[in-house]
Formats: sequence, C-alpha cells, structure tokens
Amino acid sequence: MAVDASALAAGPPVRRARLRLSGLLWRWPWLKALGLLAPPLAAFLIVYVGSLAALFVSSFWTVNSFTAAVEHTWTLANYRLIFSSGQPYLHIAGLTLEIAAAVTLTDAVLAFPLAYFMARLAGRRARAVLFVMVLLPLWSSYLVRVYAWQTILAHDGALNWALHGLGLPDQNLSYTNWAMWIVFSYVWLPFMVLPVYAALERIPDSYLEASADLGARGLRTLRAVILPLALPGVVAGSIFTFSLTLGDFITPLLVGGPSSHFIGNEVYSYIGEANIPFAAAFAAIPLAIMGVYLLIARRLGAFEAL
Amino acid sequence: MTGRGTRLSLALWSALVIAFLWIPLVLIALYAFNGSNIQGWPITSWTVHWFRVAWSNPDARAALWLSVRVGLVATATALVLGTMAASAVARFRFFGREAVSFLLVLPLALPGILTGMALNSALFTIWGLSPSMWTIVIGHATFCVVIVYNNVVARLRRTSPSLIEASQDLGADGWQTFRFVLWPVLSTALVAGGLLAFALSFDEVIVTTFTAGAQETLPIFILDNLERGQQLPVVNVVAFFVVAITVVPVALAQRVMRDTGVVRGGAAQVTEAIEAAEIPAV
Repeated sequence: MAVDASALAAGPPVRRARLRLSGLLWRWPWLKALGLLAPPLAAFLIVYVGSLAALFVSSFWTVNSFTAAVEHTWTLANYRLIFSSGQPYLHIAGLTLEIAAAVTLTDAVLAFPLAYFMARLAGRRARAVLFVMVLLPLWSSYLVRVYAWQTILAHDGALNWALHGLGLPDQNLSYTNWAMWIVFSYVWLPFMVLPVYAALERIPDSYLEASADLGARGLRTLRAVILPLALPGVVAGSIFTFSLTLGDFITPLLVGGPSSHFIGNEVYSYIGEANIPFAAAFAAIPLAIMGVYLLIARRLGAFEAL
Repeated sequence: MTGRGTRLSLALWSALVIAFLWIPLVLIALYAFNGSNIQGWPITSWTVHWFRVAWSNPDARAALWLSVRVGLVATATALVLGTMAASAVARFRFFGREAVSFLLVLPLALPGILTGMALNSALFTIWGLSPSMWTIVIGHATFCVVIVYNNVVARLRRTSPSLIEASQDLGADGWQTFRFVLWPVLSTALVAGGLLAFALSFDEVIVTTFTAGAQETLPIFILDNLERGQQLPVVNVVAFFVVAITVVPVALAQRVMRDTGVVRGGAAQVTEAIEAAEIPAV
C-alpha cells in the first residue's frame, strides 16, 4: 500500500500534502498519465501536427497572380498542374524518386557486409571501435560532409588527383546526377548500417548452426536464414535513406547540376515566391509516398527493428 | 562456420566502407590548414592563419552564438517534454498509446522539408510571428523531443516497475520516488539524450532555412557562403570547428551510456546506444 493512514497523520504539512497527492495519483493512475502526457502532446499537436494539417489544407487553395494574396476557394488546380503533361513537375518528382531508390539500394549493398562483420565476426573491442567509426560520421555535420564532397569531386580535387595517380582519366562528376547519387549514398550510409547491424546481431547462433547441421552451405544459409531475418533491419534503414533523400534540397543545390532539381528545390523556390499553396501541393507528393512506404515497412516488421 | 575467404573479404569490405566514411571528413579537416586561397588537392602550403581570420569574423561569431543559444533552449525544452511523454508511454497503457509513440517519431520519419514548410507557413503566416531565435527554437525542439523521448523510453523499458512500487511501499511520496529512485536510473539517459539533442540542433539546416528568416545559425552561415562561393577559407575553419564540436557531445553521450549502472553486457549496451542514436540528422 503506497499510503497508509498513520503516514498521513505524521510529518509536516508539506510532506502530508505530497503524500496525499501521491496517494491520489496512485489511486487514479490515469490522472498521472494525463498530467504527464498532456503538455508534450498538446505542444506537439498544436505546433507540429496543426502546422502539417494547415499546410495540407492550403494546398487546395490558390494564389491570385495579381495581388499575390491567397484565395480561400477550394480547388484541385495545384494538383492538376503538377500532374499535367506539359509541366516539368512530374519529371522532377521522377528524378527525386529515382535517386532516392538508387541511394537506398547502394547503401543497402554497402552496409550489409559491414553490418554482418560487425555483428557476427568482429571481436568485442573491434565491434565497439567500428560502432563509433560509423556513429561519428552520422552525427557530424551533414552540411560539412556535403561540402567535403564538393571539394573532392571538383576538377582539381582529390578524386581526380587519385585517378591521376592510378593512371586513369579525369572525371568531371561535379554538378551531375552522379555526384548527387554519390553524396547522398555517403551521407545516409550510417543510417543503413545501424539498423541492419541491430537486426543481424539479434539472430541467435543456434539458427545458423541448425542451418549448417541440416546441410546448408554458406550461401544457402545466407539466403534462407540470414537475409529474411535481416530484412526488417534493411527496411528500417531504407526508411531513413529514402525519406531523407526525398526531402532534401541542400545536396542538389551544392553538388547537383542545373537540371538536378529535386522536389525540395522546387518547393523551396515556390515558398520564396510566397506561393505556399502550390508548394504545399507539390510537397504532398513526398508525404503521400512516405505514407505508403511507412505502411509497407510496417507490414515487413521494420518498426520492431527500429 | 564462416570460411576464411569469406571472413577476409568481409573484413576488407568493412575496411573500405569505413575508409569511404572517413576520408571526406579527414580531407575537410585538412583544408582548414590550407595555405592557399584555392581549394585544390593536394594542399601545397600549410597555415593556421585562417583560424584567426575566422575567429575575428563578426558574422561567424554571431552565427556561433545564435547556434549555441538555440541549441541550449531547444535541448532544455526537449528534455522536459520528452521525459514527460516517455514516462507516460512507458508506464501506462491507454487508448491511443501506439498512436502517440508513432506521432512523436514523425518529425524524423517525414522529409525535413515538410516540417520546415509547415512550420514556415504556420509561424509566419497563420500566427503572424516574425523570425526570431524563438521561431528557430520551435522548429528544433520538435525533433529534439524525439531524441530525448527515445532515450528515456529505452531506459524505462529496461527498468523494472517493481523499483517504483518498492519505493511507494516504503512510504516515499511521488517526489521522493522521482528523486531517489527514478532520477538515478534516468540521469545518464537524460544526459546522453540532451547531448545528442544539442548536437542535432547545432547541425540542423533544412528546417532552419524555413524558420530562421534572415538570421544565420552556424550551418546557415556555411550554406550561404558555399552557395555564393565566398570566404571559403573561413568556411573551412568553421567546418572543422563544427565537426570537432559535434564529435565531443556524441563521444560523451556514448561514454555516459557505457558507464551506466543500469545496463550491463555488451549487446544490451550497443542496442540501447543504437536506439538512442538512430536519428536522422536533418
């Protein structure tokens, strides 16, 4: 029993009041849950969810081209414009999606062997070192890492210097879609390594032994046991690599070419022109894509792997 | 069980991927000491001159100061709100509990540009605020909360509820239970969460571009100069500094998590560290 009568009778009044309050909260736990949850949830709903909802609503409005004022009449005009054929918007969305998919695939391929090595082969100490080596780049400035690649890919940068040393021809990758692919794969790679590592680490050794006892060779075990069990981790990582690429506009700005516009760049420029309704409608595309993606990811068990 | 050849090739692959992760960071750190104005490779002359220039650059200083203030306020807000939400979700079962934990993670799962745009139109158009330090703080606190929340939830899930019941049985009131039982259990998670939240806020670009107006945080200072291709030697020094300063809180957070008395054993530690750290930086 949390509070008994003799405890209430004893002690100074402040202590008695606190005990009474504690007893109250103990008897009605929902009161405590409400008290704890209401402030953060209210702040979150008003600031974040409210803003998102308002944004979504405004995508059905338009901007008067003369007065630049937002007209509050409901229309699908913004969405119709995005999906009409003569416009560049579908092409931009397509490029964004392609790069996001390519980056996700690249990161999965780069990360899986590393994660496997960390989780199942490395010793305790090596594992801890590798873990920090993956974690620190994740947390060091995104912008600085993009900038680093800007200098590496530049004509007189480190890449061409290295290629020269190997006797290979120069590459002019700066300001191309290739550059975006490399840089995105680079900056989001740790986000893939960590969940895959976590998923691989959870596979009990006995599963692999059982597979070997049943006569499966390495590749068969990989395909039939390890990959299916690691899949939720890969999907969890892909949520990050995909979503982060989809919503980015800094990397296209810094290393992309003149035709490397992403959804984010377009949205950003429409905000600059104070055409929030159209920007909102265009931003609804990545929102819808991520919504579907998250639903699929949930079915594949990615949320348990997070 | 794994063949020798497989082992070796996995080790080699891992070494290459780690090199891929680190070479750009090392290069950009070296450029801070570049004696030339031109950003070519290899670097031919070395100097620490640009550190002095950067330090006396008023824009860079103002940006640093703004970033520090925003980071501190956003982190403090996140610590309070994140801990409250985590305690409710970890301790109680109620209708919509899953929805709450899903909602709180949204700012990280959704593209940053959506958060940025939504806040931009809500703060400036709907609420009619003008850009200030506080508008940046609102944006940062939104996703910093998630980090603290994740850390504290992970810790609470590993803490037996019987500790709290025992404290109550021994006659402690709510405050005493918090102070003498919960606080020692949570403090390292809070320190780690706070450090990571600060590091995240200190680096954030995308949401900040939408909530800052004409103000410059340190990342915005870098971005503006990169876009215009101006003052690159100063940017190099600032970049060096930003990387160095974010490494410190992350390394500290790792250490704090490792030394915690609540979690023992390698696997659990690493898992908790992953749960705590698995946060998009944007």
